[in-house]
Amino acid sequence: MEKPNPKRSLSNHRISRRSFMAGVGAGTVCVAASSRLFASGGGEKEEEVINADSLSKLSLHINARDHHLLVEPRWSLLYVLREKLGLTGTKEGCSRGECGACTVLIGHVPRYACLTLALEAEGAEITTVEGLLNGEELGAVQTAFAEEDAFQCGYCTPGQIMSVEGLLRKNPSPTTEEIRIAVSGNLCRCGAYSHIFKAAEKAAKARSK
Amino acid sequence: MMAHFSYVRPRSLKEAIGHLAENGARVHAGGTDLLGCLRDQVFDVRKVVSISGLSAMRGVEQVAGGGLRIGALTTIAEISEHPLIRKHYTALAQGASEVASPQLRNQGTLGGNLCQKPRCWYYRGEFHCMRKGGDVCYAAGGENQFHCIFGSGGRCFIVHPSDTAPALSALDAQVEITGPGGLRTMPVENFHVHPEDDVLRETWLERGEIVTAVRLPAPQASLKSTYRKIRARRAWDFALAGAALALELDGDRVVDGRVVLSGAAPVPWRSLLVEDTIRGKTLDDRTIDAAADAVVKGARPLAKNKYKLPLFRGMIQEELRRIHQSAGADG
Ligand SMILES: Cc1cc2nc3c(=O)[nH]c(=O)nc-3n(C[C@H](O)[C@H](O)[C@H](O)COP(=O)(O)OP(=O)(O)OC[C@H]3O[C@@H](n4cnc5c(N)ncnc54)[C@H](O)[C@@H]3O)c2cc1C
Ligand code: FES
Ligand code: FES
Repeated sequence: MEKPNPKRSLSNHRISRRSFMAGVGAGTVCVAASSRLFASGGGEKEEEVINADSLSKLSLHINARDHHLLVEPRWSLLYVLREKLGLTGTKEGCSRGECGACTVLIGHVPRYACLTLALEAEGAEITTVEGLLNGEELGAVQTAFAEEDAFQCGYCTPGQIMSVEGLLRKNPSPTTEEIRIAVSGNLCRCGAYSHIFKAAEKAAKARSK
Repeated sequence: MMAHFSYVRPRSLKEAIGHLAENGARVHAGGTDLLGCLRDQVFDVRKVVSISGLSAMRGVEQVAGGGLRIGALTTIAEISEHPLIRKHYTALAQGASEVASPQLRNQGTLGGNLCQKPRCWYYRGEFHCMRKGGDVCYAAGGENQFHCIFGSGGRCFIVHPSDTAPALSALDAQVEITGPGGLRTMPVENFHVHPEDDVLRETWLERGEIVTAVRLPAPQASLKSTYRKIRARRAWDFALAGAALALELDGDRVVDGRVVLSGAAPVPWRSLLVEDTIRGKTLDDRTIDAAADAVVKGARPLAKNKYKLPLFRGMIQEELRRIHQSAGADG
């Protein structure tokens, strides 16, 4: 389960869009950011509000890599993954928590990226379907899905894979019932469920070898 | 894309309460309900005050006297898996495990579950309904198959969406609320607002107030509690009919008990009629049939939700029979 990270500090790299825009030209972004760091370093000051029309600096730790970017408060993690970082393995279905296509792991736990603000994901370890590759090779769950034909159109597949990956990280040898519950938040409009259950069982065996 | 809002993630409860005093500020806990409302433009929020970093508000602890205190930021998944809750407050663990989907249980919090907005499709859609300050409840004469059979006050026909609130109410839990004026507590049973009292709000929280915890009384060995939820799909769907029962049993005689329905009314609906019917009685067929009559007595179904009456009847019968059988097996 993801624990809030007490060390994470939000305010040390807030910059408003205006100061950023003014700053890029003059190369003063770092100065602006570090002066904020200084201002809030004592920990007694109140947390700063990020204005609605501001971009603020955000570091996301995704698939064992740090990404630094500027985000608006209203941007979801899903939007940032797909539109800003090009990690398009994570899919958008409903953007309302009703389909599971956007499932990613946040601190090993499956969650919907469409209902997570990018700012809320700071400091957490995020894993997307791209992060399950071993170099150029597919990971165990991905391989099992391919071998068991656990998809038809494939749109729900990255989300299904992430839910199975999350399950196996917590429970390496799940029962069929536990598998069914684990993917119950991932809708498959093609109805590939029975193959998905088999793939999950196969992945569990492969991982435990 | 959601409309713009400013964002702050305060480092202390005091700071959060300060931000919430502002017009248009709103709490963000797990965000699973809030972001959906913002995306559908159900209401405007100028400032999102994220309390997700207040780690002191997360977790389950035993308190002096034997009860439990559950921090408002404890996730629904943590509640459904917690050994003490599963053992002594079964209805709550079962209610939590019936919420939404695994991903939403991993992210949604108990406080957010109690304070979530109604799921009526008119309210969530582009209708200026009574709950949004308009004059009409569009469900009354519209598509009302998922709406209430009790407690509308003739005004708003939502059902309360929470699966944890009925269980907490049956278990006689208290909500702990912290605000500009300090700390206060109230029974979960009284936390939600009946449409006839105020159709524009769902809880009695005042501006600046945050639910900080829920407190459960010390467990009693003789108390048996369950939560049952009937729905079309086993994931995501809200209750068509549901019931939390917390019965104090002596063998299979009901000494006393609380029965709270979900999918029935704009608030978690305490069925005093069922309670009166089973109090002091052995759970035999006669009592169980009488309880089935009692659970729908006074119900006012709408044009498209009459199916809820046999659903509630059958569900109460099944639940009481199950309790009767397990009491027999224990005794
Ligand atoms: C597709 C879908 C299906 C669902 N199905 C179910 C279901 O079957 N059963 C069920 O019970 N729920 C269901 N839910 C609701 C879900 O359980 C809630 O979204 C979740 O519990 C809310 O918790 P959160 O922390 O994400 O709340 P948030 O989205 O952060 O907040 C929800 C609301 O409560 C307020 N709030 C949050 N925490 C506090 C606090 N501590 N003090 C004061 N106000 C607060 C917020 O301002 C906001 O208005 C479903 C949700 C979705 C999206
Ligand atoms: S896109 Fe997130 S659940 Fe559908
Ligand atoms: S394979 Fe098409 S939606 Fe699942």
